Amino acid sequence: MPNEAIYLWILTLTAFGLFGRRVSRYVRVLLAARPEKRWDRVGRRLRLVLVNVLGQRRLIEEPVVGVAHLVIFWSFVFFAASFFWNLVRGLLPFLPIPYADEVPWMSAALAVSGVAGLLALSVAAVRRYFFPPPRLEKSKDASIILGLIAVVLLSSLAGQWFRTSAPAVSRAMWWVHMVTVLGFLAYLPYSKHLHLLASPFGVFFASLQPGKLPEASSGAARREEFTWRQLFSGLACAECGRCDRSCPAFQSGSALSPKMLMHHMKELARGTAAGHTGAVFVGDVITREEIWACTSCLACMERCPVMNEHVPVLIEMRRHLIGEGDMDESLQQALKNLTRYGNSFGAAPRARPKWTQQLDFSIKDARKEPVHYLWFVGDYCSYDPRVAAATCAAARVFHKAGVDFGILYEGEHNSGNDVRLAGEEGLFESLRDKNRNSFARAHFNEIVTTDPHSFQALKHEYPPENGASSVLHHTQLLRQWIVNGDLPLRRKLHMKVTYHDPCYLGRYNAIFEAPRHVMAALGLTLVEMRRNRTYAYCCGAGGGRIWMEDPPVFKERPAVTRVREAAALEGVRTLVVVCPKDLVMFQDAIKTTGLEGRLEVKELSELVEQAMG
Amino acid sequence: MTGSICVLAEQWRGHMSEVTYETLALGREVADQLGIPLTAILTGSNARELARTLGAADSVLYVDHPLLAEPVPQPCAQALAQVMADRRPRALLVPLTNVSLGVSTLLSIRLGVAAVNFCKDLTVVDGQLRALCVMYGGKIEVTVEAGGEPAILGIWPGARPADKGRASRPASTIEQITVALEEPRVRLKKYIDPEAGDVDLSRQDVLVAVGRGIQSRDNLGLVEELAKTLGGAVAGSRPVIDQGWLPLSRQVGKSGLTVRPKLYIALGISGAPEHVEGMKDSGLIVAVNSDPRAPIFNIAHYGIVADVVETLPSLTAAIGAKRSVSHHA
Amino acid sequence: MHILVLLKMVPDVVEELEIAPGGKALDLEYLRMILSESDDHALEEALVLKERHDARITVLALDAPEVDDALFTALAKGADRAIKIVGMDAGLSTRQAARVFSQTIAHEPGILPVDLILTGVQAIDDLDGLIAPLVADDMGLPYLGIITRLDLDAPKHLALAVKEYPGAVRGEFEVNLPAVLGMQAAEKPPRYVPVAKVRATMKSRTVDCLPVPTLADGGWPAVQVVEMRRNEPAGHAEMLEGAPTQVSERLCGILAEHGLL
Repeated sequence: MPNEAIYLWILTLTAFGLFGRRVSRYVRVLLAARPEKRWDRVGRRLRLVLVNVLGQRRLIEEPVVGVAHLVIFWSFVFFAASFFWNLVRGLLPFLPIPYADEVPWMSAALAVSGVAGLLALSVAAVRRYFFPPPRLEKSKDASIILGLIAVVLLSSLAGQWFRTSAPAVSRAMWWVHMVTVLGFLAYLPYSKHLHLLASPFGVFFASLQPGKLPEASSGAARREEFTWRQLFSGLACAECGRCDRSCPAFQSGSALSPKMLMHHMKELARGTAAGHTGAVFVGDVITREEIWACTSCLACMERCPVMNEHVPVLIEMRRHLIGEGDMDESLQQALKNLTRYGNSFGAAPRARPKWTQQLDFSIKDARKEPVHYLWFVGDYCSYDPRVAAATCAAARVFHKAGVDFGILYEGEHNSGNDVRLAGEEGLFESLRDKNRNSFARAHFNEIVTTDPHSFQALKHEYPPENGASSVLHHTQLLRQWIVNGDLPLRRKLHMKVTYHDPCYLGRYNAIFEAPRHVMAALGLTLVEMRRNRTYAYCCGAGGGRIWMEDPPVFKERPAVTRVREAAALEGVRTLVVVCPKDLVMFQDAIKTTGLEGRLEVKELSELVEQAMG
Repeated sequence: MTGSICVLAEQWRGHMSEVTYETLALGREVADQLGIPLTAILTGSNARELARTLGAADSVLYVDHPLLAEPVPQPCAQALAQVMADRRPRALLVPLTNVSLGVSTLLSIRLGVAAVNFCKDLTVVDGQLRALCVMYGGKIEVTVEAGGEPAILGIWPGARPADKGRASRPASTIEQITVALEEPRVRLKKYIDPEAGDVDLSRQDVLVAVGRGIQSRDNLGLVEELAKTLGGAVAGSRPVIDQGWLPLSRQVGKSGLTVRPKLYIALGISGAPEHVEGMKDSGLIVAVNSDPRAPIFNIAHYGIVADVVETLPSLTAAIGAKRSVSHHA
Repeated sequence: MHILVLLKMVPDVVEELEIAPGGKALDLEYLRMILSESDDHALEEALVLKERHDARITVLALDAPEVDDALFTALAKGADRAIKIVGMDAGLSTRQAARVFSQTIAHEPGILPVDLILTGVQAIDDLDGLIAPLVADDMGLPYLGIITRLDLDAPKHLALAVKEYPGAVRGEFEVNLPAVLGMQAAEKPPRYVPVAKVRATMKSRTVDCLPVPTLADGGWPAVQVVEMRRNEPAGHAEMLEGAPTQVSERLCGILAEHGLL
């Protein structure tokens, strides 16, 4: 065998050896972690890969760098294929196949994609060094990689260019190219560009239902207590900062940065998490403030191009802290109230239906007589006096529409959604069981709720056999009734309004159009905020945060940011919401920002009632 | 003393507590209604001078012993039990304060009689003494027969105005009694005075006090605004201080300060006796509470049934507006 | 070091209290019982002392609705033994309850010796006395109440207790052990124990049941209730009604009238 081939073999074996060693260490760590089933529905998963890896869909949400990254990606894929071709040819010189660039169409393709790749690289470099978006991690790693890719492409182009005119240079370029790629391969699993290897798997093994909470566990504080998919998120992270840019907790100045969270998970997977001995992962590396700051709005997971799962990681850590009794006084009191009274207010269960006394008709008791719709009212809709007006409006709308509905009266308990997000699994199960007991003793066909948080729990966290053929949010029902002509609307409301997509209807359940249809039918002119639908900016109450003390906030609270965004819209004086927590948070924010009189918050039912005359 | 109404006078750190005069006033009423004398009994060490202020009673007993210098429940009870071993009054009224807590219970065991706690008033019906007591944080009122010789009754502060129990002349006869007390197994080492807070609540004309109904520490900002608009200071009931939302110097109530501002606004305070004790003599009391049955409405002059957090901003705005109008007028 | 904590269940005032027909007692139908708040603090203080001094904790309670929850929660929090006294009539007064406690402690084998007895300073239904001084005197032990800080000097058999006085004044006391102390507040708020842990404790631990001792009638005269009624506050305050802005306007007017603005 010629010397060149021998050198190539040595380099190849070394590079692959280093690569393999590192990767197999990661695999061992993942195998030692908790199991998680992600092999189901392979067809759906492959489609996700098609759209998000091959199509780079999420990256294109930021168009300039998205297209550039798409080009880099494809040229990289192409060059990788040609590299393996060349490697095989180089390692086995006796094979009767030409080098990749000796084939005319291949050579042309290499040239085109090389140039395109270099152009895209320049765009990316200019963005990174001159116009970086906030939270883009400007690590040395990234610069090294940009440089290496540039060398790979340039050397290939140069090799082709000089093939006939200066064969020695061309050959030298070939070696530069091969060595660079081999070096890149060896370096890859030690750098942030592990994401090149990991992210396609991350997308394949993505959660098919991003809002679904991790299976019951006692929480995680050490590496082996997380699931392999939760650790994997750290490995797949490219540190792009899209999560931070969309996170309301981060944007309002709290300690939580979803990107840093992923970074710490990467360190945990690598075994470099504790900088000094005695540092505990949950508490020291990741602080309590970070863990509790999350509002579970899912914006991070919605934007992440590699389908990382930030929220489940936080939930597992919360479960651990809850297990230790480690939480602030305010949350503790809410959990004690929920345990004892079934609501976070610490009010008597018997007081739950008191809001119905404001109505001039009585609502059927689903425990005593059969109804078609069981209206699961929810804690805030029942107990919070600020929401009472909206709840009564909804009741009157249902009543006027002639709908057969009833409520559970004292038989209803908090759905447990936010309890589960706060990490109190045992309490969630207890609340769920109590509700299911009430369901079992009542007679109904469908469940409707005015509370998106309850909607999420009833639909996804309760077993399907809760007696209902379906669980609906009231906006879905309203839309149905309007379409069927069952809701008599007497007048059009000629108002300019804007609408806030609640996290639990929007990102969690993709319910965007039903409320919009209803608003259109009411004659309202909807002026969208820039951040609408999956980009909607959370009010800050979710994830149990409404029960916790506010972290020391250096900038604006999320609800304040959001009402300012709404108030900035020309001609808009009404912010329409369909979630009681949004109602409460935005009303408060309007008061504290002095926007009273400039903007008011209305629940959709109140507007429907107005239109019904 | 036998067959009389007896009032345990409370002295603390060299001063006669106000509650003594309140209890004397009540005792005077009851004694007159029953047609029997009123006796005051004071424990202390070299405190005979203090005993002279008990002139509202018909007779005064002063029990002197070094171990009684500062009130400690067991020595006090032991001393009183000796005194009452052979002279049993009809009833003994004991103030329900932090200083005297426990004395009535201990004494009742040693004398083998019943004790009645939480009394806010005493009445005489058909020659029988009855006590009106508040239980369950002020939500329930119970009328009981105060039987036994003596009936030992724990009286809440504020049962009667203190002035009615102050005498114009000092007590004429003071009978001094010596007792034998065993080695104390509970010994007071020293008092710890509170650090001077930034604000002296007792000097404020306006206090805006918050209780559990404020829901979260984050709402304190709204409260402070209201207090500022009114030119007053923020105070709190026990739960709020225990949570750490306000410092100890702002606590109003049994273990905190007793205040008498011209205006006391109670926000989200239920009105349990322990708090009411500290503010009942305020000039004008306005209470805001979402529970229409909150006992605070018993003592307030004006009440608003509403959610505190809902009401605060309108209140502050309205007062602010009125103030600027009156300043310009 | 052995610490005994006495727990009492009291009516939960979050629920509306109703009077039973007869007008002399509470209606039990909607009544829920909850652990007396200062007893919860007594338990927390015991747990803190256990962590500091390597002590053993026994909790003792009289049978009542929902007492099992309180006892298992105490075990889940770290108590070593839980005892429930069963078989007595409902509606014992505080004095009778205290007697049951002291007789059980004194005569039931396996409880004594005890270095410290902690209980709440006062409960909302303590009409005829307080548990702590009653038990103390019955057992001939020293007593002090309204404690907010506690340190133990085990070798010297002393407790160093801080008692609350009016005006935010505190008093430092030395108490000979064994003693009975009435806790006002533990040095930290009562800890949280997750529901799952309480459930697991219910499966893995047991609560010892002891029969109520026959009480020699020590001439404990009971308090005769003439009448019990709900406190109807509407009688005193003039209520201002309406929307927040209306009410605020009216109140402003009232304050102005009083020369307070």
